[in-house]
Amino acid sequence: MPTPRSSRKKRKEVFALGAEAVAEGALLAGCSFYAGYPITPSSEIMETMASRLPRIRDGVFLQMEDEIASLGAVIGASLAGRKAMTATSGPGFSLMQEHIGYACMAETPLVVVNVMRGGPSTGLPTSPAQGDVQQARWGTHGDHSIIVLSASDTQECLHMTVTAFNMAEKYRTPVILLLDEVTAHTREKITLPLPGEFEVFNRVVPTMPPEWYKPFEETVRGVPPMPPIGSGYRFHVTGLTHDVNGFPTQRPDETVDLNHRLFRKIDQFFHDIQVVEEYQTRDAEVGVVAYGSVARSARYAVDQARARGIKAGLLKLGTLFPFPKAAALRLLSSCRAVIVPEMNMGQMSREVKRVNGGRSSVRTLNRVDGQIITPSEILKALTQV
Amino acid sequence: MSDVTQLIHQYLRHNKKFPHVFCPGCGHGIALGSLIRAVHGLSLSKDEVVVVAGIGCSGRIAVYVDFNTVHTTHGRALTFATGIKMASPKLKVICIMGDGDALAIGGNHLIHAARRNIGIAALVLNNNIYGMTGGQTSPTTPGGARTATSPYGALEKPFDLVDLARAAGANYVARGTVFQAHLLDRLISSAIERPGFNLVEVLTPCHTQYGRKNKFKNPVDMYQALKHAAVPREAWEHFSEAERKERIPVGVFVERDEPGLEERYRVMQAALLARPKAREALPEPNGHDPASTKAKLEGVES
Amino acid sequence: MTDRHKGLTEVVIYPAWCKGCGICAAFCPEKVIELDAEGKARAVRQEDCINCGFCELHCPDFAISVRTKEPGADPGTPGYKPPAKGK
Repeated sequence: MPTPRSSRKKRKEVFALGAEAVAEGALLAGCSFYAGYPITPSSEIMETMASRLPRIRDGVFLQMEDEIASLGAVIGASLAGRKAMTATSGPGFSLMQEHIGYACMAETPLVVVNVMRGGPSTGLPTSPAQGDVQQARWGTHGDHSIIVLSASDTQECLHMTVTAFNMAEKYRTPVILLLDEVTAHTREKITLPLPGEFEVFNRVVPTMPPEWYKPFEETVRGVPPMPPIGSGYRFHVTGLTHDVNGFPTQRPDETVDLNHRLFRKIDQFFHDIQVVEEYQTRDAEVGVVAYGSVARSARYAVDQARARGIKAGLLKLGTLFPFPKAAALRLLSSCRAVIVPEMNMGQMSREVKRVNGGRSSVRTLNRVDGQIITPSEILKALTQV
Repeated sequence: MSDVTQLIHQYLRHNKKFPHVFCPGCGHGIALGSLIRAVHGLSLSKDEVVVVAGIGCSGRIAVYVDFNTVHTTHGRALTFATGIKMASPKLKVICIMGDGDALAIGGNHLIHAARRNIGIAALVLNNNIYGMTGGQTSPTTPGGARTATSPYGALEKPFDLVDLARAAGANYVARGTVFQAHLLDRLISSAIERPGFNLVEVLTPCHTQYGRKNKFKNPVDMYQALKHAAVPREAWEHFSEAERKERIPVGVFVERDEPGLEERYRVMQAALLARPKAREALPEPNGHDPASTKAKLEGVES
Repeated sequence: MTDRHKGLTEVVIYPAWCKGCGICAAFCPEKVIELDAEGKARAVRQEDCINCGFCELHCPDFAISVRTKEPGADPGTPGYKPPAKGK
């Protein structure tokens, strides 16, 4: 394969907000549709998309009347073949739950970015928090499977947004990217990847004649191909429990087939979906499990602890759900104590405790005062266990 | 006449069970027939038509027609339809909603879709009741009517959908009834054909949930009442207050010719793209072209 | 399109799709249709049909079709030509 001309190009470095990096990542992933509703602290994502999408051929930006409408429009655009996203924050995320469930049921690829702020309710609009973690997993009604990712710095905002789109397209599912106010509002230098440096996955489209296409048929991956509306494959999309043709059904055999497939299509690809970073964990005796901006503090704290002779290690979660059990077990098996610092009352530590099975002592470190968790707080915890 | 029913059969999904789910005498089937005749009359292909429906009895229409069909969430059909239209303006997007769907839970979306003037034909099948959930009061239930949730008579005033849509800025607003199918065909046809947000309120009797609680002996009684009540708008305007009582004007109420949102967006975007400096110089993501995707997927999809 | 001549058309009803709402019978100007003992619509006076098309347009269940008879198929209808003999 001849060297593409682009590889000789120098990577561009820019000074960007986390929110801008999300928009950059989305555009690099091929996102061409954004519908949203302003809400602090996520509005910068919307504003960046409002400026940039109209300047891209076929790029569509829409400001809707509320968050329910925003996600509705995003689902519609996705059904029409677009890679589409929206961004919001706590109160808006609550409103979106209805359509997150629809997107799970109708297997609509899309990305929802939730920049978490203090809650509950209107809470602390301009302060960071991580209180929506379990809501991202279980917020919509009904049993369902979903992918929840997180990012801890500006560079990661870009990469995780690309990853979110890739997973959404690959598994035909909504993907939720959780940031916190600090991550979205930190301005720092990032490097833009060159084309070809990152994988971009597009949804599989049907390749059989339309008469033979069954829109919700079982496949090896559990993910049926998905044509854009208007391409000659006419079918029915519904939020009702449906058969392989998309028609509503109440038959127990068809119901269980659908529900099992919706879980299985994600369950059987845990290895691909679960993104983690293990830092200094090989010989760690005390561990930290962290995500979002807290993971940056944790990394610094681990370095400081190591300087003091404490064998500390960090498991940084990129994927929050499905919970990266294998990586967590590796850390829990080698460490006598594991600290889970979070800007909530202990939402991810529940998961760590759930898989622990007595291997290690799991400690929580929580803050719900709208302030970040500092390296020194984590260091203190590391020195005390 | 002989081709009417055969024509409709061509547009129904042959793998769906018929007769459809609607109760005997429900007007929704007649509205469905009008919709099909309108699409046929405009020579639209099945592939370019998208029917987006909400939740409720009216929402069930989508499953029966052999178009691209999306059965959405309660009240939100217009939001999905907006996304589809903006993403793919070449599609003819028809949104079917009920009165509870469009005016209660979806009232916000309705007025904003009208304000945006997004290119959608919106059909609101108004049967004055929540039919599927068991006959509860809707925002168009007439004052005094008995329903499952107004057993002593409805206290609230109903919405006038025509006035509401007009005030919100819809391009085209019309009202028809399922008793006058020829008129309804024409109204729906205009709504699909014209640019911008075009709304047709379709009065359709629900005997099962509304009629039986409000002294209508059978579905025919309700059609008799509809026949009596519906008056052409032109005639109605010359009626006295007393004559207007119990009467409902039908016909076309608003006819504006403003471009739809998708068209205004296209014009703005074309102007932006014509200025090279403003144009986004994104590195083309490597997966954007379907051919390259296909190559990548080999080995993933078995 | 509407041809007010009687006897040119026949009303075909699919009983399997008829739910017996009675709209066709109630509003047929010539009383061609009645509900039978099972409550389903039945064309009882085919010869009176004036091809107004109301029943077909207003059957909510797409169960009625008003079809044009072959022109001149029945003796006594306009355009009737006796079949040529000898072939």
